[in-house]
Amino acid sequence: MSYQLVTELTILVLAAFVGFEVISKVPTLLHTPLMSGTNAIHGIVIVGAIIVMGTPHPGLFMRVLSFIAVVLATANVVGGFVVTDRMLEMFKKRPDETS
Amino acid sequence: MSTTTANLLYLVTIVAFILALRFLSSPRHARLGVQIGAAGMIWAIIVTLALEEVVTGFWWMAAGMAIGTVIGVVGAKKVKMTAMPQMVALFNGVGGGAAALVALIEFHGVWANIGDVGVESGISTVFSALVGSISFAGSLVAFGKLQDLISGRPITYPGQQVGNALLFAVSILLGALAMTSVSFWLLAAAIVAASVFGVVFVLPIGGADMPVVISLLNAFTGLAAAATGFVLHSNVLIVSGMLVGASGTLLTTLMARAMNRSIANVLFGAFGKIDTAAAAAAAGADGGTVRSATADDVAVMLAYARRVVFVPGYGLAVAQAQHDVRNLAELLEEKGVDVKYAIHPVAGRMPGHMNVLLAEANVPYDELFEMEQINPEFPQTDVSVIVGANDVVNPAARNQPGSPIYGMPILDVDKSQNVVVIKRSMSPGFAGIDNPLFYDPKTVMLFDDAKAAMEKLIAAVKSV
Repeated sequence: MSYQLVTELTILVLAAFVGFEVISKVPTLLHTPLMSGTNAIHGIVIVGAIIVMGTPHPGLFMRVLSFIAVVLATANVVGGFVVTDRMLEMFKKRPDETS
Repeated sequence: MSTTTANLLYLVTIVAFILALRFLSSPRHARLGVQIGAAGMIWAIIVTLALEEVVTGFWWMAAGMAIGTVIGVVGAKKVKMTAMPQMVALFNGVGGGAAALVALIEFHGVWANIGDVGVESGISTVFSALVGSISFAGSLVAFGKLQDLISGRPITYPGQQVGNALLFAVSILLGALAMTSVSFWLLAAAIVAASVFGVVFVLPIGGADMPVVISLLNAFTGLAAAATGFVLHSNVLIVSGMLVGASGTLLTTLMARAMNRSIANVLFGAFGKIDTAAAAAAAGADGGTVRSATADDVAVMLAYARRVVFVPGYGLAVAQAQHDVRNLAELLEEKGVDVKYAIHPVAGRMPGHMNVLLAEANVPYDELFEMEQINPEFPQTDVSVIVGANDVVNPAARNQPGSPIYGMPILDVDKSQNVVVIKRSMSPGFAGIDNPLFYDPKTVMLFDDAKAAMEKLIAAVKSV
């Protein structure tokens, strides 16, 4: 097993614990925004899509596949963040309680 | 920019994502959190574009991002709040599809040229490709079911589970073969097999179990993204993917617990299919008397009540009645009635679905109560109004050990002084189980579409 893999596995496990810790504090009231927000976060595959698109590949077919990956990942990121923001904008307290 | 520098700069994104989730712990700061997360994402994209290995295809990228942005913005702005579950399923699916594609292209571009794949990278590649495809295809089926393009009822056929298991095994086998023989087309075949598995995996799961399925697919896409991180040696992908994986897993467990069923039972039980016949027989057997009421009767009851609790369910979403419920509630509040909303964790088609709908209708979130908070208050409640909910208020879950939903935590509306059930007909809920609440002497039924009923009630309450 390479040193790099061990480091990456360590990061993965720590991220899992951070994730559980942070997300268990999200109230059920906000579970839908949580879901669409995490949806937007996994749009981070756009980083991967840009890397494979930007690395020289032989052939048009790979370019087209990379292009599709960029489109899908961008739709995921943009749609996810916009829809979450739109939802959270609606959550308001009683108007007379200006706190 | 070198990969090391990039990994350092990606730390900003990682912190932004964790803060985004952290800020979701309160509705007051949640929006700021999402904006921080979006900024972190933009930062990650800029850093990636500056990577030394990214040297070509910039016009393709620009075009792809432009198209993706248009799709994302139009989809996100146009979607109705009632259709949020299918939107989330769709965005989830495209993310999974992107992860699978990235794994496939990276495999072709780098390793196929070198002619050798290490075990470590091979496992990550196959995992990312297969799980991403399952998530992609499964999410599309979930979308179809929620959008009513496919029947929301469980679709079953003989040998289904054996067939599915075989298909899953075949896709893993194809993936493993692709790695040992470094064959692009074998990996592509594995992706196709996994996609077919994704379809047949979600088909037998019924509409009301969608909160579990969507959460699970969310976790899948996160894990696929994390695996892509192992393929590309990108820490930001590993951390972000795992954060989503953790969130999806947690929500899946919460939803399954709220139905008192194991995750395996939800995924493989084809719930709501088997029970229909038995339930129909049961309904015929002990069909007690049902009291039907007019809007005017109910209006008098509501106008003179001290406390009214609304219990919304999926029927409210279908009828788009959230604004009308809110108008009725406001009218009652003007008359001095104390109004609250009781939200069951699995009401609707995704976690927190009802909260979003009522927030859209400008219901202040401090009037929304979770099951544990509101249950002790039902005995002091004069009228509970059930709008489009059924199984989540079925007392059989508490007192009929033979019932398929026995043990599921429910809203104790039967303990309130009076119950009004707004329903289109006597047909059983999704689970196909008869609801003794309807035959309770304290219950009156108002047979109407949720929206129409609310409009009639508003008119009637005004004239009381």
